[in-house]
Amino acid sequence: MKFNEFKQNAANSRRMGDVIFQAVTKACALFLLVLVFAIGWQLVVSAMPAIKAFGWDFLLNESWDPVMGEFGAAASIWGTVVSSLIALIIAVPVSLGVAIFLTQIAPNFMRRPVGIAVELLAAIPSIIYGFWGLFVLTPWLAEYVQPWIYEAFGNWPVVGVLFQGPPMGIGLFSAGLVLSIMVIPFMASILIDLFNTVPTQLKEASYGLGSTRFEMISKVVIPYARVGIVGSFMLGLGRALGETMAVTFVIGNAHILSPSIFEPGTTIASTLANEFSEASGGLYVSSLLYLGLVLFLLTFVVLICARLMLWRLTYQAGGKR
Amino acid sequence: MQWHYLKRRIVNFIGIALTLIATAFTLFWLVWILTTLIGKGWQALDFSMLVQDTPPPGEIGGLRNALVGSIMMCLAGVAIGAPIGVLAATWLAEYGRGTKLAAIIRFVNDVLLSAPSIIIGIFVYALIVLKTGGFSGWAGALALGIILIPVVVRTSEDMLLLVPDTLREAAAALGAQRWRLIVSVVYRAAMRGMITGILLGFARISGETAPLLFTALNNQFFSMDMSNVLANLPMMIFQYAMSPYESWQTLAWAGALLITLSILAINLSLRLFWRDAKKGH
Repeated sequence: MKFNEFKQNAANSRRMGDVIFQAVTKACALFLLVLVFAIGWQLVVSAMPAIKAFGWDFLLNESWDPVMGEFGAAASIWGTVVSSLIALIIAVPVSLGVAIFLTQIAPNFMRRPVGIAVELLAAIPSIIYGFWGLFVLTPWLAEYVQPWIYEAFGNWPVVGVLFQGPPMGIGLFSAGLVLSIMVIPFMASILIDLFNTVPTQLKEASYGLGSTRFEMISKVVIPYARVGIVGSFMLGLGRALGETMAVTFVIGNAHILSPSIFEPGTTIASTLANEFSEASGGLYVSSLLYLGLVLFLLTFVVLICARLMLWRLTYQAGGKR
Repeated sequence: MQWHYLKRRIVNFIGIALTLIATAFTLFWLVWILTTLIGKGWQALDFSMLVQDTPPPGEIGGLRNALVGSIMMCLAGVAIGAPIGVLAATWLAEYGRGTKLAAIIRFVNDVLLSAPSIIIGIFVYALIVLKTGGFSGWAGALALGIILIPVVVRTSEDMLLLVPDTLREAAAALGAQRWRLIVSVVYRAAMRGMITGILLGFARISGETAPLLFTALNNQFFSMDMSNVLANLPMMIFQYAMSPYESWQTLAWAGALLITLSILAINLSLRLFWRDAKKGH
């Protein structure tokens, strides 16, 4: 009896260890869920004064006047969306090309060094892109690229409106270009993982039917991975929408809504970065947090869609990742 | 018929050439950025930088305060984020494997992984800075820690799942409790990979600027007080780059070179020594 009791106690205390460990790890895992809700809830609470003051009109109002206490997000949202779209227009074909080159075309000895170089580009902090963009890229754009684009397209009907304004270098176009340079390696490395999941048999079957390499890629590899490809592009979009430092340096930070991509503008993130430290007064800070809430909702919707599209890649194919 | 084959070969050639151009286009920026950094930062970078603090405009100074502040905040960030991340990954890979809850948490983690860091910054601002009434190094460390968590969860879970189940079964057959088995067998087997993940996360947070704007701010003077504004490299680069003084801009280039070289060195050495290590997206 005594001995049995002792054994029972020992077993219990040993089981306790497991119960505690499991509870601690589970708490940490659940913390991730709590975190996302806490972020959303905290932003809503802190933005409440501005939400009450401006309501939905906040999203459509173009003026941003801290002195008069009038705040609207339209110019910031416009800049965010336009600069991200410019980034994607450049980055989509380029990242696709890089990923195809590195997985299907490059000889083996090139894949690793070039792959590492692309990953290094992704590891450079965004502030470096911004710094470099302001001092090196924008003067170059203003000197060589923008006047040339204006000459070529400025007089075209409809499209011409996009390229009006002085070629200052700073503006939506430069922001979009810097964003694209940041997003290319990011999207390319996801696409590389994606293309590596395409079964070799499919590719060999395509060659066996007499395809050229390009036909194999365009008719087998890309259709096989198409949902994931769109997912990677959306992930890149999510990154571009919320990017702060790279954009803040080169966009010019002007609260104007202009159809021309050569004009300075602002994005949600760069407005936050520029104005937070000098924001005074409850409504000003609260309006900035409202802006942050808009960015939170915008990026999370895009990211959730992106992850759903990449779901198959991540959790079914391969299983390793 | 002859023309048909020729056309296909031409299309093939053009397609391949385009991918080559895309790759060259990408590498072109990497080379341009690195040569600029080295060209502008190299002469400014010398040993005296490590012992002098950031100067007033026009005077000679260094980066000591920014460097010390950055290292302190990043280490504190790792101390906050890494344990939570590793433990959460442990639950996902061991206890929760195959459950619906684990799938949901993994999904949320992936979303957080690519969430803009500025969102985390304003979250910590609203949560801590607004309520305690001041910017502080601790708030900065917390923001960096939160950014680190999803990175560590992702890499650690991958590494834990690489440990073969036969090892777990062998330990269980010897009578080890589940937690004993995880701590003494699975962790040990996955240790190198998990440390690699944490180091990659460290490299990532050390260049983060946006969250520090709302939390740690910056400090012109040397300080090791985490409960007050703290100098740090990224914010120093931001402020000095935007300043009109040439001596400050030069210092910012030196800081930019220093930070980029350290991050690239960490990334490169980890990738060369540990081939399977994958950074999360």
